Amino acid sequence: MASATPIPAAEPARPGRFRNALLTTILLFPAGLWYVLLLVAPLAIVVIFSFGTRARNGGYEPGFVWDNYARAIDKADPFITSLVMASAGAIACLLVGLPLAYYLATRAGRHKGLLILLLVIPFWTSFLIRTYSWLIVLGPDSGLAGWVSAITGDQEFRVLGTPVAVLIGLVYGYLPLMVFPVYVTLERMDRTLIEASKDLGANRWATFRQVTLPIALPGLVTGTILVFIPMMGEYVIPQILGYGRTYLMGNALVTDFLEARNWPSGSARAVGLILIMFVTITLYLWFVNRGRKTREVSML
Amino acid sequence: MSAPTLAKEKATQLPGRRESRAVDRWAGLVEGWLKGHTILVYLFLYLPIVIVVLFAFNDTNRRVTAWDGFSFKWFEVAFNDSVVHRALANSFLVAVPNAILATLFGTMAALGLQRVGKKTRLAFDALTYTSIIVPEIVIALSTLVLFATGFDVVETLFGVKINFGHPTIIAAHVLFNTSLVLLLVRARLSGMDRTLVEASSDLFATPWRTFRQITFPMLLPAIVAGFLLAFTFSFDDYVITTFVSGPGSSTLPLFIFGQVKRGVTPETNAVATMILLFTIGTLLIGQLLLRWQSRQTGKGEGMASMIAER
Repeated sequence: MASATPIPAAEPARPGRFRNALLTTILLFPAGLWYVLLLVAPLAIVVIFSFGTRARNGGYEPGFVWDNYARAIDKADPFITSLVMASAGAIACLLVGLPLAYYLATRAGRHKGLLILLLVIPFWTSFLIRTYSWLIVLGPDSGLAGWVSAITGDQEFRVLGTPVAVLIGLVYGYLPLMVFPVYVTLERMDRTLIEASKDLGANRWATFRQVTLPIALPGLVTGTILVFIPMMGEYVIPQILGYGRTYLMGNALVTDFLEARNWPSGSARAVGLILIMFVTITLYLWFVNRGRKTREVSML
Repeated sequence: MSAPTLAKEKATQLPGRRESRAVDRWAGLVEGWLKGHTILVYLFLYLPIVIVVLFAFNDTNRRVTAWDGFSFKWFEVAFNDSVVHRALANSFLVAVPNAILATLFGTMAALGLQRVGKKTRLAFDALTYTSIIVPEIVIALSTLVLFATGFDVVETLFGVKINFGHPTIIAAHVLFNTSLVLLLVRARLSGMDRTLVEASSDLFATPWRTFRQITFPMLLPAIVAGFLLAFTFSFDDYVITTFVSGPGSSTLPLFIFGQVKRGVTPETNAVATMILLFTIGTLLIGQLLLRWQSRQTGKGEGMASMIAER
């Protein structure tokens, strides 16, 4: 800085550097502003509100109490229901998604591109419409419940409004998120490993268990996380297919905020839900990084 | 791209395979099960969509699922329903500005992130992924609370009453969609051939000219795909929209949800069918663009790989 020689070179570069910094700031400003105003600010306000008390007419009154968290833990039913439903949904996605991903990666041949596209399209298409259509498919008129009633004679048989309907909706809505990562890992798999395993006398099941499954594991974990997280926060599916009877976290949040107008209580629940997400993600990242390290070691 | 080599591999390994196949008597059963499972899953995925479309053509005045013959009349009803008209107009008034803003912001940020240090990039990434990971319902309710509180403050301070409406919906949608576009464009940027940019500046092109003639055309498929995805997200969104919309700003998904709560009618299905057609068409255009892009770079499978790598 004090030396004489670099100054002539540094001097003309300075306005350029300033312009560069300015351009970078301009490029990042709108997205950054949006993140601050519509992501950080809302989440921060929820954290602040979670320590407050309910105003008499509903809403928020400043304060610093832990009551809302105590109540959220005390009335943890929606949380537990969400946990059970999301776990069941993730397992169901796993059971349905793994064979499908395996087929797509190893057996689909030249139809692969088309089949993947057919998997993507519903995923990006009108979640609400695809959910409500199950009202017809499972319904008592000419849907599943109607068929079962006709066959067994049990006129009271219903699927809609039960946890089973919600589970079907969850699996239907999020299955592609399980299939894609598993498909990607299986697709990248070195196929000669299977040949080697067979040459060494392993049967089909042993090859699957000892070669394919360990290779697919990172994809399976990614898929499980990707389906588990949105299922934990799902609101529309239990509302439509569960008639609001399967009471998940999303429904509890809406009740807290809009019906009971107890913003602090809802905020505490929301903070709890966000914390669970971050713990899950952290564990996941830990798992992925651990996996990477061992893979490097094994390659050495 | 690997299809021909794979086929060749299969051809050379065929004798060996056949031998092991003879030993493995479960082979046929397993293959059959895999195939059957796949077919069933695709039926599972498309059955509800087919049902909605089918029952939109139901000529019934009674229950929605009691089939009374084929007719276009419910499309006519939907076409002449002023509530549908308003919802459709609202959907476009929200989805188009949202897609424009999100595409602009996301693309700018993706370009900007190339120019910053690791720390800034990590901080930005953390925000991007947070905006995608935090459940929609939490974003929706916390944004509602923020807006309501903020508007109250503004009213007591300045006496100006701000209402919920299109701007609040757009503002909330732009958050998620900016992240979406950002990730898409950045994936494209990282797969780009840097030597072209270097060659351009070696040939004395100004940075702006390099951007205009080299970088931007290469990013264009990702930008257009991002725009279309942002548009469809906004066009289809229910959860965020319902909590930050105001009187008179109901979009099509809100109309459909209302119908569902009162009982699905063939008109609901007719509206849904038109939405499905429209969004699937939009998505197919996006997919074609991405496929065209991946053919150029030789990697990725279009939207599937984007979702998988998200």
